[in-house]
Amino acid sequence: MTSSVALSSYRDQHFRGSRHLQERKLLNSTTLYVGNVSFYTTEEQLYELFNRAGDVKRIVMGLDKQRKTPCGFIFVEYFCRDDAESCMRYINGTRLDDRIIRCDWDAGFVEGRQYGRGKTGGQVRDEYRTDYDPGRGGYGKIVQQKTILPQS
Amino acid sequence: MSRRKFDEMSDYDSSRDRKRRRTDAVEIEDRLESLIIRVGEKSTSSLESNLEGLASVLEADINNYKSKILKILSDCAVTMPEKTTIYTTLVGLLNAKNYNFGGEFVDMMAKKLKEALKACMWRTARYVLRFFSDMVNCHVISTNSLLQLLHTLLDTARDDNSPQVRSDAYVYAVLSCLPWVGRELYEKKEQDLERLLKHIEIYIRKRTRKHVPGLRVWRSDRPHPQEEYLDCLWAQICKLRADMWQEKHIARPYVAFDSILCEALQHNIPPLTVPPHHPDNTYTFPWVVFRLFDYTDCPEGPVLPGAHSIERYLIEEHLHNILREHHTERKQCAAVLLDFPLKHKIPLEYMIVEVVLAELFHLPTPKYLEICFGSLLIELCKLQPATMPQVLAQAVELLYDRIDTMNVCCHDRFVSWFSYHLSNFQFKWSWDDWLDAAQLDPMHPRAKFIIEVLQRSMRLSYHQRIAEVVPEQFDCFVPAKPEHIFKYGAETAPEMEGGEVAQRLEACIRAKGNPTEVLQILRELPNPLRDGTEDEPSFNPLQVQIFTQVLLHLGSKSFSHSFAGITKFLKTSQNSCHPQLFEVLVGPNEEAQMVLLREMYEVWAKHQQMLVMLTDKLLRSHIASCATVANWIFSKEMQHDFTRSYIWEILHGTIRKMNKHVARLQKEVNEARERHSGRDSDDSSSDEEDSRPRPTEEEIERMEEKLEAVQADQKNLFLIIFQRFIMILSEHLVRCDTDGRDFNTHWYRWTIGRLQEIFMLHNTQVERYSQTLSTLLFTQDLDPHILDAFNQFVALRS
Repeated sequence: MTSSVALSSYRDQHFRGSRHLQERKLLNSTTLYVGNVSFYTTEEQLYELFNRAGDVKRIVMGLDKQRKTPCGFIFVEYFCRDDAESCMRYINGTRLDDRIIRCDWDAGFVEGRQYGRGKTGGQVRDEYRTDYDPGRGGYGKIVQQKTILPQS
Repeated sequence: MSRRKFDEMSDYDSSRDRKRRRTDAVEIEDRLESLIIRVGEKSTSSLESNLEGLASVLEADINNYKSKILKILSDCAVTMPEKTTIYTTLVGLLNAKNYNFGGEFVDMMAKKLKEALKACMWRTARYVLRFFSDMVNCHVISTNSLLQLLHTLLDTARDDNSPQVRSDAYVYAVLSCLPWVGRELYEKKEQDLERLLKHIEIYIRKRTRKHVPGLRVWRSDRPHPQEEYLDCLWAQICKLRADMWQEKHIARPYVAFDSILCEALQHNIPPLTVPPHHPDNTYTFPWVVFRLFDYTDCPEGPVLPGAHSIERYLIEEHLHNILREHHTERKQCAAVLLDFPLKHKIPLEYMIVEVVLAELFHLPTPKYLEICFGSLLIELCKLQPATMPQVLAQAVELLYDRIDTMNVCCHDRFVSWFSYHLSNFQFKWSWDDWLDAAQLDPMHPRAKFIIEVLQRSMRLSYHQRIAEVVPEQFDCFVPAKPEHIFKYGAETAPEMEGGEVAQRLEACIRAKGNPTEVLQILRELPNPLRDGTEDEPSFNPLQVQIFTQVLLHLGSKSFSHSFAGITKFLKTSQNSCHPQLFEVLVGPNEEAQMVLLREMYEVWAKHQQMLVMLTDKLLRSHIASCATVANWIFSKEMQHDFTRSYIWEILHGTIRKMNKHVARLQKEVNEARERHSGRDSDDSSSDEEDSRPRPTEEEIERMEEKLEAVQADQKNLFLIIFQRFIMILSEHLVRCDTDGRDFNTHWYRWTIGRLQEIFMLHNTQVERYSQTLSTLLFTQDLDPHILDAFNQFVALRS
């Protein structure tokens, strides 16, 4: 069984620096990316949950680039690596707002990374998904656009 | 030329040969290690044939790999206690084939025992002793020699100069190996065994139990007695003795090899001198055995072993060991727990739940993060959805039933865990079963439990969700909507003193006014402290009030907004000519800080979580000091909320920050000292990371001064807290005495529980100041109820 604190295979393509540097940062990071968060989850809920793994230094809510509203991901930064590891061990894969959230190591928050990279402003995954998810704006963006285009 | 070529080639070949031989050797060692470590795991062959085969393999390699084999075996003996009998059998078989090997192994284990005792590694020592005991069953060690060792260890019980926890460690080790060797000793050395037990009995009788009340999860012994751990094991051993030392739990592979093993010659354990007590020694804290279930709680099926059956002890120990080994990987931990050997013979889910909850409620503090247990229980429910959730629900019902006498620390953990657990299951619960609580005094433990659970559940979701999920009879328990109250809003401001200034201040900050402009507006406010004399008041409370109210109101949207608002007036860039507002308005003045805290409470009284977060921010930004926060908690204004959990969340958070600060400075000083002296020894490992200049003696002195100053703050913080506790508790006791009322009110029990909680949660740090506390505060003339809390804490180490 792979360790719950191991790095995943994801690497941020926008990371400025070598793969090697990115990996070193991930291995020493105290920041986690958290995904599959509901658009309606508040900062208060996040602090309440993530403080259970250790003292949270700060939380940055991921925002829709155009609307500046939460778009379902966050960064959690702890003061020390041990606490971040506890988060990976005990919070990753459990529920917040009835949704299973997923935590992964992040190389560190940099201004600008709080914005979704999808074409319509949110996360890329919300562009392409086809299911209906009331906590994440309903249908995926492409599906939504298809349904409002007039029949030719 | 051709010869040279030949030589070169032969050199090349021999070095390759050497390398190959080395890697071959390593490969063989690795293979041996793997074979030894994995013996006893699931296999197509029987355990007996695996052991027989392995013994032959090892015997063949003994001459070449003896030291490696010795090391692997002795490590396995200690790290895999649940496989003790497997490894003793293996050693027995090897000893039968090779007497010298057996002797060397015994010597190695004796050394291990001595080292463990010296290093205060009590668990390791216990497992070595257990291994020795079982080696008697395998004819590797003589019974007389084991008995001698056991008596040597028990002699520590006569030593009156060392703490009780020391002799406890030795007696516990001796008792815990009897399940393995009791029968053998009974058959061959009955009188010696009885003598041994008599010594233990005398010791058990004369032990003090001052530490017990503080370590009980429940004050009451109904329905299940909560026994101290040594008393419990003694009772279990006594029952085993009454059953003629027959126990059915331990698998004994050596029985199948009896004909081979009884031919072997036995060794004697080298005599051991027990290392004396040293003030730096650390001993395991005593504990009280957590009993939640008995056999009537489990449905039809395998019976739960009784509280005094040795099976209960053995199984629980094994389950605790699984937690210890796998707690960092919850999926694996859950899988291993559910795959418990002999799981069909016991109500496994019940025993798992009891053990996990025992760890969650363990006093003084749990061994791992509370969320470790919470997430593990969720994982167990996932893997066993047909049975685990029901058992857990049953456990919650029982805990709620018995909550009246639950220790305050444990009540808090129960609340915290239960709300977290519910948040993973859509807050679905049979709330209707608990409707009777609505009739109770809100300070009654049951009512309080529901109030606090709903509060924490709201924090994990949102107000409307919780209001809707509970029955209407619980409306009285639903928390207030977490909103802020702003005194200087458009409607109310004109009537307030300074209201007009407050409104202009709000507008100014909204328009991104700089600190100088803000201060200018604040300076227009009169100072109510000015009493007409020449004296300049040390601060202006009206300024502090209005600034706090406006700032918090502007940041009321979220934590981030509030933090940003505070930070804005904290930092000044190096070139800025702007004042640092908090420094100017509040500074180190404790009264000013109190005004700030009180005003913060006025604004956010309905949002407990915000109060916790803001206090944390104020402490981290050094706007408020730990001492001030402590005094604020105990102030008259906070009396109304004094028994609410969030208050204690704030106070414990404050103490923890102080502790972390001290620890951090201590670490820096230690590191600096090491770097200072390390360079002298020209260690090659030191140049790997340290390009920093070596710290000077002067720098280290300054660091040590800083550390001393912060330690003084820490001591002062504890003194303030304990002093305040003593004051309010004494006041209550005296008042009740005068009025002829019973002092044992809900308020009293919560408060004395909170005092105990301080000792429990921060026992390591408080220990440092124990002497001062007993001289200055916890003196003999104090009311015994209050003094008890201190004495129970002291008894943890005595």
